[in-house]
Amino acid sequence: MADKNAILAGLAEIVEEETGVETEEVQLDKSFTEDLDIDSISMMTIVVNAEEKFDVKIPDEEVKNLATVGDAVDYIANAAG
Amino acid sequence: MSKRLVITGLGATTPLGGDVKSTWDAALAGTPGAKTLEHDWVEQYQLPVTFAAEVAVEPAEVLSRPETRRMDRSTQLGMIAAREAWADAGLTDVELDGERLGVSFATGIGGVWTLLDSWDTLREKGPRRVLPMTVPMLMPNGASGAISLAFGAKAGARTAVSACASGVEALIMAMDMLRAGDVDVVLAGGTEAAIHPLPLAAFANMQALSRRNDDPAAASRPYDVDRDGFVMGEGAGALVIETQEHAEARGATVYAELAGGAVTSDAHHLTAPDPEGLGATRALRRALASADAAEGDVTHVNAHATSTPLGDVPEYTAMKSVFGSHLDSVCVSATKSQTGHLLGAAGAVESVFTVKALADRKAPVTINLENQDPQIPLDVVAGSPRELGSGPQVGICSSFGFGGHNAVAAFRSV
Repeated sequence: MADKNAILAGLAEIVEEETGVETEEVQLDKSFTEDLDIDSISMMTIVVNAEEKFDVKIPDEEVKNLATVGDAVDYIANAAG
Repeated sequence: MSKRLVITGLGATTPLGGDVKSTWDAALAGTPGAKTLEHDWVEQYQLPVTFAAEVAVEPAEVLSRPETRRMDRSTQLGMIAAREAWADAGLTDVELDGERLGVSFATGIGGVWTLLDSWDTLREKGPRRVLPMTVPMLMPNGASGAISLAFGAKAGARTAVSACASGVEALIMAMDMLRAGDVDVVLAGGTEAAIHPLPLAAFANMQALSRRNDDPAAASRPYDVDRDGFVMGEGAGALVIETQEHAEARGATVYAELAGGAVTSDAHHLTAPDPEGLGATRALRRALASADAAEGDVTHVNAHATSTPLGDVPEYTAMKSVFGSHLDSVCVSATKSQTGHLLGAAGAVESVFTVKALADRKAPVTINLENQDPQIPLDVVAGSPRELGSGPQVGICSSFGFGGHNAVAAFRSV
């Protein structure tokens, strides 16, 4: 099982890079759209960057299920095994 | 009688400086913007031309990180110039009606860095790694779209794309929007960021670029007998143009009047200028008519003057046929000698120069003019800036582009 704290930290860096939202704001219970104001194009950019960073595959049809940062961290942790 | 249009804000980021003040001070002093390129790709691809005029201030020093990631370099430069012009016009805290605000921005090539970087990504890492923002970043209307969004301009965001005539054409499109009564204010300008190995190689193969690799500072030398091509430059210029009525109502400071302008096309050759300069002649005549100006009103021309052996002569021929003997009383500045050739941004930055010249009554210098070509007996401003005198006068900015495009803007002092 991959370290979820490390995934959260890595994901927060990607989100900050793409949107300017500070890394501290990127917490497990935050909704990408409601809390972090991330649009669908930014979300796809974050997904593509996360795939590269964590060496996982996140299929397009899964992305809509990743409502919160926690959803994404869980998905990446499982996918990374 | 069409309504008077005035320029109330200026912005620029160029090889001479990161804003209008530093750029203008350098242009009056005479400052070569071209330098040897210090990128690995120059050596890697064994480029035949190893220098260019890059912006003096990297956009990443001015913009936030998400902005640099979501905008192509050309849009980044355009946004920097647009913000400066907006603030300079005193519009930062003004509530404007967005439905009466337009954008008219130009580019010659558009997001060429984004296009080619994305192609590299696709080939090296596969289609999944191609960023979703790729198309909105590379499209030529990327800058006008982003600028309209940034300032809430809802009356149309137009894009002039006519190669090296684009910058002036964008001003003329802005003029048309204002004269039609559709808008009160237009944020106009042009941007370019194409110092990439592909355009460099392609322009070099056209024999369009100077090969003076051992002395970049002396490479851009319009009107000099030893000129051997233009120097690639990058940057952006922006102007806030509004109806006089609107400017007066809000008490804005006015630099100059955008008196008129015109575009024509050569229909002669895709890349070579008409040897008689007929298209340029028609554009000049029509611009003066549009400005309700006589030939004798003109005191200063910021010429296209790219420093190519072929291009500089027909522009003189056009000026001679329009101005006749009055040409002796017109001083000409070839500022590409300093900035290099900013392609689609050239006309925007040179319009900023023309407006500043009329406002400060000083024409900027042409550098590297050591032996003036006897075929081009113009009164070129060289050595030190030229005082323009205090009377009312008209300044001209001309731009010509591949495709046979000619665009001329006429500005009147206030």
